[in-house]
Amino acid sequence: MSEERAHWPANPRALADRVSFYYGTNQALKNVSLPVADRRVTALIGPSGCGKSTFLRCFNRMHDLQAGNRYEGSITLYPENLNLIGRDADPIDVRMRIGMVFQKPNPFPTSIAENVAYGLRLRGIKQRSRVEAAVEQALIGAALWGEVKDRLHQSALALSGGQMQRLCIARALVTQPELILFDEPTSALDPIATAKIEELIATLREKVTVLIVTHNMQQAARISDYTAFMYLGELIEYDAAAKIFTNPAKKATEDYITGRYG
Amino acid sequence: MDKVEVGGHTLSRYDEDLERLRSAVLQMGGLAESQLRRALQALAEGNTSLAAEVVSIEAHVNQLEVDIDDECNRILATRAPTASDLRLVLAIIKTITDIERVGDEAHRIANIGLHHPGLERGAGDGYRVVRHLGRESLELLHEALDVFARLDARAAVDAAKRDRQLDEEYDAVQRQCITFMIEDPRTIRASIDLLWVARALERVGDHAKNICEYVIYMVGGRDVRHTSLQEVERSLQRPAVAALGTPDKQEPKA
Repeated sequence: MSEERAHWPANPRALADRVSFYYGTNQALKNVSLPVADRRVTALIGPSGCGKSTFLRCFNRMHDLQAGNRYEGSITLYPENLNLIGRDADPIDVRMRIGMVFQKPNPFPTSIAENVAYGLRLRGIKQRSRVEAAVEQALIGAALWGEVKDRLHQSALALSGGQMQRLCIARALVTQPELILFDEPTSALDPIATAKIEELIATLREKVTVLIVTHNMQQAARISDYTAFMYLGELIEYDAAAKIFTNPAKKATEDYITGRYG
Repeated sequence: MDKVEVGGHTLSRYDEDLERLRSAVLQMGGLAESQLRRALQALAEGNTSLAAEVVSIEAHVNQLEVDIDDECNRILATRAPTASDLRLVLAIIKTITDIERVGDEAHRIANIGLHHPGLERGAGDGYRVVRHLGRESLELLHEALDVFARLDARAAVDAAKRDRQLDEEYDAVQRQCITFMIEDPRTIRASIDLLWVARALERVGDHAKNICEYVIYMVGGRDVRHTSLQEVERSLQRPAVAALGTPDKQEPKA
């Protein structure tokens, strides 16, 4: 195992160690060990049902809502060594520090500014000038400020799909998370909106660590620094993206990325 | 991964694209090889009509290079190949450049045969001086194309090593020609022609070696240009998979 980890990044932001996950009796993840490099983009790829979204959702405890779900192993968040899936970690606290953006943009049916400010209000921050400044920063960070600054108090539902998705990113950014999870963030968007989100993710990683699930292999190749290939609930291969996409070590990875899965 | 497979894509037309591309390269290689063989034959026999034929066919090799290049562009743009498919297309783009140069060298030799059919009357043993070099370079070229067809990295290393012999043979021919010229200045013209032929054959060996290196890259993903062959050989003895991952982990069944 140590040899396999030789090319793992030093000082990761998070480290999954032998994570197994059960939906009731159905085991969806089998002993997945994987680093999430600090302020880098790590992409999870694999065919449908391979467990990549399940794995992603472990990071902010999205599985807690269903009874019977069970985590094993640990996901350690550094530098404070907090085990995200341990009993001691408070899911609400975890979600404050780890943002998430979903496949379909899901803004709240309120104004643009309210959408972004939501996380701050949850934290009890009410001071108007502080909220306004944070909202502006988040919208700038999500590359949306220029497009919405004159209509911050209009409904978020009037935005285009790509804008809504960037609004969701701003909403995740406002609490200054350390890690943002993206679950196929561009699969419902057109190529231009997709390019904007990809560009945004590339900028984000200067400040934030990104873990992204994508079905679009070219997207994983374009935006990720590290790529993990999963299959049937197991991690098959993890390496630098350039290595995975030009010369993977495992035949199963090769078959998947070259389109040889029947 | 010791073996690169071309077929097996979910998109069967992608398989067809890559297979067509590969056979086009082999066709182009075969044509360049036969050009070289005929150019040498024309030179050996002083057969100017055969030399003229070789000169006239050179354009075919060039056209094939352009066509294959176009096809590679199309595949890169439409299929966005990755991993071994990507390496295959990249290796092909490079390989056809070398094959085209082999065609150029054959053309050069044929031209010498066309304009100086009486080589054997001049310098010493005439064509016999380069006959061995000619045979060796043809063999090496054949070997390189064969290695390309079989995608065999080990055989590619063996073939590439033979380029050294060709270089030594070229040096010998050079020394011989210099001796002819010193002994009898009337052979200078013919000796220079012979040197040009020997030079062309030595270059064919270099191109064949390049093709072998592209095959090694294609199969193992390792760029071995500017690396000593002994080093390459050593790295091939270690299976690539064992070097990078643990063999104890079970591969899933696809």
